[in-house]
Amino acid sequence: MSSVEERVRKIVIEQLSVKEEEVTPEASFVDDLGADSLDTVELVMALEEAFETEIPDEDAEKITTVQQAINYINAHKA
Amino acid sequence: MLSGEIALVTGASRGIGRAILLALAAQGATVVGTATTEAGAAGITQALRDAGYVGGGLVLNVSDQTSVDALLAQMTAQFGAPTILVNNAGITRDNLLMRMKNDEWDAVIDTNLTSLYRLSKACLRGMTKARKGRIINITSVIGATGNAGQTNYAAAKAGMIGFSKALAREVGSRAITVNCIAPGFIDTDMTRALPEAQREGLLSSIPLGRLGQPEEIAGVVVFLASAAAAYITGETVHVNGGMHMG
Ligand SMILES: NC(=O)c1ccc[n+]([C@@H]2O[C@H](COP(=O)([O-])OP(=O)(O)OC[C@H]3O[C@@H](n4cnc5c(N)ncnc54)[C@H](OP(=O)(O)O)[C@@H]3O)[C@@H](O)[C@H]2O)c1
Repeated sequence: MSSVEERVRKIVIEQLSVKEEEVTPEASFVDDLGADSLDTVELVMALEEAFETEIPDEDAEKITTVQQAINYINAHKA
Repeated sequence: MLSGEIALVTGASRGIGRAILLALAAQGATVVGTATTEAGAAGITQALRDAGYVGGGLVLNVSDQTSVDALLAQMTAQFGAPTILVNNAGITRDNLLMRMKNDEWDAVIDTNLTSLYRLSKACLRGMTKARKGRIINITSVIGATGNAGQTNYAAAKAGMIGFSKALAREVGSRAITVNCIAPGFIDTDMTRALPEAQREGLLSSIPLGRLGQPEEIAGVVVFLASAAAAYITGETVHVNGGMHMG
């Protein structure tokens, strides 16, 4: 099983159709990776599905970068 | 024309929904039709089998979230996630507003309008992932014109149109279209329940001089579900023999 970091990056690459090298830890989904509001909702849903966890709306709003997503999953994974 | 598509039609045990189900299946879509009872669902499965179509009937109560969730889970496991959703299930509980009961108001809003919220939401995840989808909502001419004795129904049907326009804007970037079809008076159980005098009165207001057939709604559904209609979204197509020209 690959690390949380690798899996999160893979999901971001697939969901946002971006290149691997763009997905740096500090990359912001909206400002750097061109996500619109629907993209961010889909991204959170994809993370929920992959890591079998529920991300409440108030937490989802705070996940705006790749590193924040990785940290969140590490802190909440089952 | 629709092979590879997976269609969900609510309220397909009879009337307009049944015609829509068969028309989509005839175009090669895999179809799931719903009824409120096991017997109704079995009847749908049988009708599809008799015609040699792929699909089946399942039980659904559109006003119950648990039922919606169970249907989607079963449909996805058995046939795949829907790429075409036809929100057709609907009821009337006519009464003059001054006599209308809370339960008559609530049942009509819930079954006709809140059902769109529940079903569209449940189907959108698969559609956004697939980057394609068709949501087709069966509203009514009454939503555009109003009708005495149908404040609840007119509110629900007009609400469906607003809902469709808003959702069309939300999901357009995913190549998902959301449209309405507004039938006029179609020959089904719903209109057979009308008193004879009222039916006569209605006919005189229809330039084509007759009620519509369920197949005449189904044909428009097939069109909106097809690739030919890919650039139509947020629209309401009126199919009413000319009784209301939108
Ligand atoms: N007929 C017309 O002239 C006309 C005109 C304009 C618009 N429409 C609209 O077209 C749609 C279909 O009308 P129709 O005339 O074909 O109606 P219908 O013959 O009365 O059939 C109604 C269908 O909806 C299903 N249904 C009812 N309540 C439901 C619920 N809570 N959950 C799930 N399914 C439910 C019924 O299932 P069961 O068989 O299991 O009860 C049936 O399949 C409706 O939305 C109606 O408002 C009809």
